[in-house]
Amino acid sequence: MAEKNYEIPVLEDHLPTPIIRPDALVHVQSHPAKPALQEALGFPTELVDDWEAKAVAKLGELLEKHRSLSVYLDSCVKCGACTDKCQFFLGSGDPKNMPVARQDLLRKIYRKYFTVGGKLAPEMVGAEPFTKEVLDEWYTYFHQCSQCKRCSYFCPYGIDTAEISMAAREILDHIGMGQKYTNEVILKCNEIGNNLGLGPRALVNTTEGLEEDIEEETGVAVRLPVDEKGADVLLVVPSADFFAEPHVDSLIGYAKVFHQAGISWTLSSYASEAGNFGLFVGSYEHLHGVSSRIRKAALDLGVKRIVIGECGHAWRVAYQFLNTICGPWDFLDQNYPIPQHICEFTNDLINRGALNLDPSANDDMILTYHDSCNPSRAAGMGGYPGGQFEIPRAIIRSVCNNFVDMHPDTTHAQTFCCGGGGGLLTEELMQVRIAGMKPRMQALCQVMEEKGVTHMASICAICKSQFTGVMPHYDMDPYMIVGVHQLLNNAILLGTKD
Amino acid sequence: MSFVTVVFALLLYAAAIVLIGGLAYKVRSYFTLPVPMKVFTGPAPVTRSGAVMRVAREVVFFESLFKSNKWIWIFGALFHATLLVVLLSHLRYFTQPVWGPIVLLQPIGGLAGFGLIAGLGGLWARRLFEERTRYVSGLSDHLMLALLMGIGLSGLALRHVAHTDIVQLKAFALGLVYFDWQPLPTDLFVLVHLALVAALLIVLPFSKLLHIPGVFFSPAQNQMDDAREKRQIAEWNAAFDAKRER
Repeated sequence: MAEKNYEIPVLEDHLPTPIIRPDALVHVQSHPAKPALQEALGFPTELVDDWEAKAVAKLGELLEKHRSLSVYLDSCVKCGACTDKCQFFLGSGDPKNMPVARQDLLRKIYRKYFTVGGKLAPEMVGAEPFTKEVLDEWYTYFHQCSQCKRCSYFCPYGIDTAEISMAAREILDHIGMGQKYTNEVILKCNEIGNNLGLGPRALVNTTEGLEEDIEEETGVAVRLPVDEKGADVLLVVPSADFFAEPHVDSLIGYAKVFHQAGISWTLSSYASEAGNFGLFVGSYEHLHGVSSRIRKAALDLGVKRIVIGECGHAWRVAYQFLNTICGPWDFLDQNYPIPQHICEFTNDLINRGALNLDPSANDDMILTYHDSCNPSRAAGMGGYPGGQFEIPRAIIRSVCNNFVDMHPDTTHAQTFCCGGGGGLLTEELMQVRIAGMKPRMQALCQVMEEKGVTHMASICAICKSQFTGVMPHYDMDPYMIVGVHQLLNNAILLGTKD
Repeated sequence: MSFVTVVFALLLYAAAIVLIGGLAYKVRSYFTLPVPMKVFTGPAPVTRSGAVMRVAREVVFFESLFKSNKWIWIFGALFHATLLVVLLSHLRYFTQPVWGPIVLLQPIGGLAGFGLIAGLGGLWARRLFEERTRYVSGLSDHLMLALLMGIGLSGLALRHVAHTDIVQLKAFALGLVYFDWQPLPTDLFVLVHLALVAALLIVLPFSKLLHIPGVFFSPAQNQMDDAREKRQIAEWNAAFDAKRER
C-alpha cells in the first residue's frame, strides 16, 4: 500500500488561529455512493438531469418542515464569532471550513431562490445561482463538517452549522450525490441490524467468545446474553464495541457491571447498533428507520428498560430523538429515564454502593477525559444541565486515582470534536480528519507534558476509532485511548457480591 | 403643504408599513413553522423558565458572544445599548406630553450618540481589518454599517452642529402620528437623516436584521431539555407513527 503524504499540523504550546489558506482542503473528497447503493436507499442513482430545480425544491420542502433552518439562514449577522471555533478550520486554515462560510454555501442558494433580496439584488446580498461549481463546493465542504455543534455554542443566536450540513446532505442525496461511507453504513444497518454487517450468528459467536475470555481471566461466568426474552434491560451498543479495540473492553465492562448489580439484561441482534447514520445525512426517513428497530426489539423482547452504550451520536439520537421517533414509551418502566445512558446506569449503581471497585487497578494511568461532542452539546444526562460532563467524570473518579482535565477552553461545553464524527470516519477523508484532530491533540499534548497524562478516556465509539486511527500520524501512541467502562472492567472486583 | 413634506410623509408611512408588514410576515412564518425535534445546543436548561432566562441573557447580556469573542462583544454591546438609549430618547418627538423618564434620558441620549458611532466604528474596523471577518463579509454587510453610520452621524450633526427648528420637527412627527400633517423643516441633515431612517425601515425585514425576531425563535437556545419526559413532535413527523407495526 502506497504511503500517502499527509500534511501533519505542528503542535505548539498554544492553539493559534491560522491565517487563511484558500482551498487548503478542497481536493479532499469523500467517495461518492455508487448507483446500486443509492437505489437501495431510495435515492436517485446518479446526478439527475434537472438537479438544480430538484435541489431547490428539496430545500423549499426542508424550509417548510424545520423552523430551525429558516431562523438560522436569516439570522446570521456575519459577526465572525464562530470563525475561529471549528476544529476543521483551526487545523487547516481552509476558509470554507469556518462555520459561517460553510453555512454560506447553502445560504447563498437560499437567498437566490427564496428571498426578496436575492431576487432583486443578488450580488449585494450574496445570493448565487446553483451552478455545478457550487454543487461541488457543497459535496466537498458539507463532508468536512462533523456536525459537532461547537459553532452553535459560540453563536449569539445559536446558529447550528450541523443543521445546515444535514440539510445540504439530504438535498445532495435527493439529487443523486450521496456519500459512499454513510450510505453503505445505513444500508448495512437496514439489512442486517448494525453498521458493520454482523449477522446474528457472528454476533453470538463474538459474545460467546467474550464470555469464555472473561471466565478464563476472572474465574467468574459473566454472561453476554443475546435476544433473551423477558430480560429487564435492553442494552444497545455501537457495533464497534463487539470487536474493535479499545471498544470491546468497554463491552466487557458493561457485562461485568450488569453481572455484579444482578440486573438481567440482553443485547438484540435485530437492534444491534446504537449508532444511526441517518442522522448524519439529514434524512428523517432513515433516522426513523434505524431508530425504530430499537422500539421493535424492546417490544419483541419484552424488556422494561432501554440502556445505550458508549456511543456519542447514538446518545444524541437516543436522548433528543428517540421519544419523538419511537415514543410514547408506555410499555416500559416509567421509574427510569427512557432511554438511559450506561454512564447514568453505572453511576447510579456506584452511588448506591452496588459495585465493588478497586481504583488501584488503574494506578498505571494518569488519566484525562475527552468530552465527545454529541453527548456534550447535543444531549443531556442525569436530568440537570451539565450532567453529561459530571457523570462520566464521577465514574472515572471512583475507578481511577489519577485524573486531570485538559485546558478548560477545550473541555465540557467547549470541547473540541475528535475530528472524525458526522460521517467523516473514512480513509479518503484522512487529511480532513488529521486537520480536525489538531486542537484536541494540542490540548492532550499540553496536559501530557504538564501533568504527565498517559491515557485519555471517552464514551464514544467514533472518538475511540478516530483517535486510535489518527494518533499514529501525530506520532502518538493509539493505546493511550480507553473507554470509561474499560476502566470499570479493570477495577471491578468480580465474585465479591452475592 | 410643501412638496418635500408630502414626499417625506408618504415615504415614512410607506417605510413603517413595510417594516411592520414585513416583520409581521416573518414573525408569523417563524411562529407557524414546525419544530419536529429537540435540537437544543447543550447544556440546556431543564425548565421552561430556565430556557426563557437563557434567551433573556442572550438578548440583554449577549452571553454567548461574551464567551466567543470579547472584542465583538464590547463593540456589539456598546452599539446595541446606545441604540436602545437613542431610540428611547427619540420618543420625545412622538409623544406630547413627553413621558418623565424620556425627559430625563435626553442628556444621556446626546452621549449615547457618540457611543453609537464608536460601537459601529469598532465593528466596521473589525470587518475591514480582521482577515476572517473580512472573508465572510459581503457588500450588504458593509452597506448596512454605512447606513447605520449615516443615520448616527447625521443625527449627531443635527444635535450638536447643524441645529434645526426642533419645534417644527416635533410638530411634523406628531402630525404623522395623528394624521394632521405639519410642514417638515427642509434642512439638509434633517432630510438625510429621515431618508436614511426610511431606508433602514424598508430594508430591515429583508436583511440580516431579521436576527431581531430570529433570536427569540432559535431552537438551539429556546428549547428546554425535557426530551425524554415530553415527546417533541410536529404534524408531519407524527405521521410516521402510522408506519409502525406495533
